[in-house]
Amino acid sequence: MAATVQFDLVSPEKRLASFQAVEVQIPGTDGDMTAMAGHASTITTLRPGILKAVGSDQTQAFAVTGGFAEITAGGVSVLAEQAVAVADLSGTVLDQMIEQARELASVALPEDKDAAEKLVQDMMALRQHVNH
Amino acid sequence: MPSLKDLKNKITSIKNTRKITKAMQMVAAAKLRRAQEAAEAGRPYAERMNAVMAGLSASVGTSTSAPRLLAGTGEDKVHLLVVMTAERGLCGGFNSSIVRLARVKANELLAQGKTVKILTVGKKGREQLKRDLAAHMIGHVDLSDVKRVGYAQAQAIARDILTRFDAGEFDVATLFYNRFQSVISQIPTAQQVIPAKYDAADAGDAVALYDYEPSEEGILADLLPRGVATQVFTALLENGASEQGARMSAMDNATRNAGDMIDKYTTIYNRSRQAAITKELIEIISGAEAL
Repeated sequence: MAATVQFDLVSPEKRLASFQAVEVQIPGTDGDMTAMAGHASTITTLRPGILKAVGSDQTQAFAVTGGFAEITAGGVSVLAEQAVAVADLSGTVLDQMIEQARELASVALPEDKDAAEKLVQDMMALRQHVNH
Repeated sequence: MPSLKDLKNKITSIKNTRKITKAMQMVAAAKLRRAQEAAEAGRPYAERMNAVMAGLSASVGTSTSAPRLLAGTGEDKVHLLVVMTAERGLCGGFNSSIVRLARVKANELLAQGKTVKILTVGKKGREQLKRDLAAHMIGHVDLSDVKRVGYAQAQAIARDILTRFDAGEFDVATLFYNRFQSVISQIPTAQQVIPAKYDAADAGDAVALYDYEPSEEGILADLLPRGVATQVFTALLENGASEQGARMSAMDNATRNAGDMIDKYTTIYNRSRQAAITKELIEIISGAEAL
């Protein structure tokens, strides 16, 4: 059996997942990465995307909108601003998220405008990804 | 001496009051459990967040390029007090204790010649502060339509605070809320959120060993606004649990007092009834003797 890491996913409102995972695919701001046992200790921010944790007997995927992940040799904990299991992810939930991001972009200060626009684009990409 | 009928009405009315306070107590107990669960569910996120932020701010905080949210504006003139209270009363000293703490702080700052701005969350705090500090109030967040506070509300409040900060409206922001200790004890707390203060002791030892992606500064800039939202959310949850706890014990006291009053008035009622009977007997007997 492959070595595992303790995977935790928490949002501000609740703990969404906690189990032993073989690998965790993380949508980092600078690009996707996969964390496995023995990974160098890293803290990365997240962009909106799909977070996938593969365990020996289960695989769970979540759509996350932002936050950060803390990776150590023995564990991955993801603190997501908002996270929804992909199974529960319907078009309306995504549309709401995109709507929120658009609202943010429309009120953003000039220096934050690019980041906010990028958030909207990331969300749209996420929706396309989910719908295939 | 009130008449028997008056006494009887009074007893019935107190009994009705007792029914209401008893019901309110039970509702508060049910809500308290839910609020406590919510507060507990939010704890892992807040703790992790604080630990990471503490580590980051320890390593970046001293440099001159540190973000303004962490380092502050370099001034200490304008203070924003975010006073978080309940939307409803009948919860003992819950609202008053927060307001009292905020008022003391506001007067202290005013005495030092600083400018005070007040943002209220929850109707009760606004009503109480309006009496003497109305000139300093700059805004109000109404949560009376919100059944269950979620992260979305915290984000909205945090966004409001951050927008004002970016516009240069204040230098220091402090949250006022009640920290939940137990059903009978809630501690009014003042917590400074801008510039962010993180306890280095939370960081642990291993923090310095992390790789940061993108960069430490980049992560910090991304996380600081989230940190404000997280702190606001924690405060909202603590406040929610405290409010229900305070209401529960206040209503428990009210129920007990109503019981005591009912006992007292029932005794008076019985005595008056017996006095009336005795009086009638005396009248009949003395009437018969006179014949």
